[in-house]
Amino acid sequence: MSSLKFNDLDFPLLKRNINGKRIVYLDSTATSLKPQAVIDKENEYYTRYSANIFRGIYTISEEATAEYEDVRDNVARFIHAFREEIIFTRNTTESINLVARAIKKSDEVVASIMEHHSNFVPWQQLAALRVWELKKDGTLNLNELEKLITRKTKLLAITALSNVLGTINPIEDIIRRVKRINPNCLVLVDAAQAAPHMPIDVRSWGADFVAFSSHKMLGPTGVGVLWGKMELLETLPPYQYGGEMIKEVHVDKTVFAKPPHKFEAGTPHIAGVIGFGAAIDYLEKLGMDNVRAHEVEITAYALKQLKQIGDITIYGPQERGGVIAFTMKGVHAHDIAQILDEDNICIRAGHHCAMPLHEYLKISATARASFYVYTTKEDIDMLISGLEKVKRLFS
Amino acid sequence: MDIYREAILDHYKHPRNFGHLDNPDVTQEEGNVTCGDKISMEIKVKNNIIEDIAFSGEGCAISQASASMLTEKVKGMRCEAVMKLTLEDIIEMLGTTLTPSRVKCATLPLEVLQKACLPAGRATYGSK
Repeated sequence: MSSLKFNDLDFPLLKRNINGKRIVYLDSTATSLKPQAVIDKENEYYTRYSANIFRGIYTISEEATAEYEDVRDNVARFIHAFREEIIFTRNTTESINLVARAIKKSDEVVASIMEHHSNFVPWQQLAALRVWELKKDGTLNLNELEKLITRKTKLLAITALSNVLGTINPIEDIIRRVKRINPNCLVLVDAAQAAPHMPIDVRSWGADFVAFSSHKMLGPTGVGVLWGKMELLETLPPYQYGGEMIKEVHVDKTVFAKPPHKFEAGTPHIAGVIGFGAAIDYLEKLGMDNVRAHEVEITAYALKQLKQIGDITIYGPQERGGVIAFTMKGVHAHDIAQILDEDNICIRAGHHCAMPLHEYLKISATARASFYVYTTKEDIDMLISGLEKVKRLFS
Repeated sequence: MDIYREAILDHYKHPRNFGHLDNPDVTQEEGNVTCGDKISMEIKVKNNIIEDIAFSGEGCAISQASASMLTEKVKGMRCEAVMKLTLEDIIEMLGTTLTPSRVKCATLPLEVLQKACLPAGRATYGSK
């Protein structure tokens, strides 16, 4: 067994029963469950110091400001960055759009076919997009970069972990190759699936921008992170104009604040950010190496059990993150999900916000089970017996 | 929950009127991109009455069974009557309860058929 010291009592949702049956939550790739500590921390802001930040010269406002800014330190430590480089946004999508603002229609951008819509549509709409296709096993061929990245390429948009295939992309290697071809080509890493599930180090990656969301890593919804290299953040234009993002405002001109505040216009999701801090504390206490080891074990078990059912096609490589997309012969993914729901087994069915990938694989929809710290082998056994029920019903 | 009652599974596994007509008067195809459901309806219309009908496509059990049952239901029906069919009629036809996310699966075949009936209705006023 992995060395994850985990208490499922920490997650109130796992104590809930529907129709007398417990919930088997296998959709953590969509969003994670929240531990009580996170819920309590967010609640603490509203009950103890719910003042606005950065402006009040009174105790509770200063407490709120300190709590909010402390989380910037937590996030910086978590991804091995400097605190001034951490920008709080609404979600990964907004983090990516913030960077995309600096792109012109004539700029060449490369994105992989496995990208989530959030790291695909902005580039498709705002730039000249070139697509990096896959090998048969669902991994990327790094030699393709020689053809894809030119001296004109402005940016490579790449996920660290596919939300469908589970493919873990060798980000460090990819970035080294990209910079060798074109040192000016920026690399934006979508870490929405990687940050919750494995240790990440943005410096050793050599990335320029990294985006991820709180809600997929035990934290509240409505909070995202954009990390960027300071010299880039300094030149990047503001994303929104308004309060909090200024140094001084005159009738005829405005001097913007320095990063990160330049990019945090208006009152942010203070409670959410503070709750996110508790999520990072929780993950750090577990240890990200342990989190990853636990998921490796659960995923290997799930893959082995799934293969025994028969008539199941699994997409993506053997070595992967804690996500498995599959189809069952003769049964649509929605029917699988609906029948599993009768036993409160929560999986996702559809294209998982990755339609270009599904088109590329020539499949209309897949069923997807995904795992996290609270996933147990008993959960997998429930999934398997549910799938056997589906198979019986449709045979 | 009896959403997958036997009749639905039977229509899914053995769809009625599945395939293509020779020289259909109208062919109409629609997809539900989010789900990956796809339904194509072909009809032959005479005196504004659906004389023959076939469907093809792929999708979940609900959408395919709904299409199969619908083709049986509307054969011989006047186009105007087809245009008046509603979600309630589809639910009654399926004989099951639908969760909110599955309503669009169940009604896709009717949407396609009603679109097919529009030009057919017009075309048949004159020559046929």
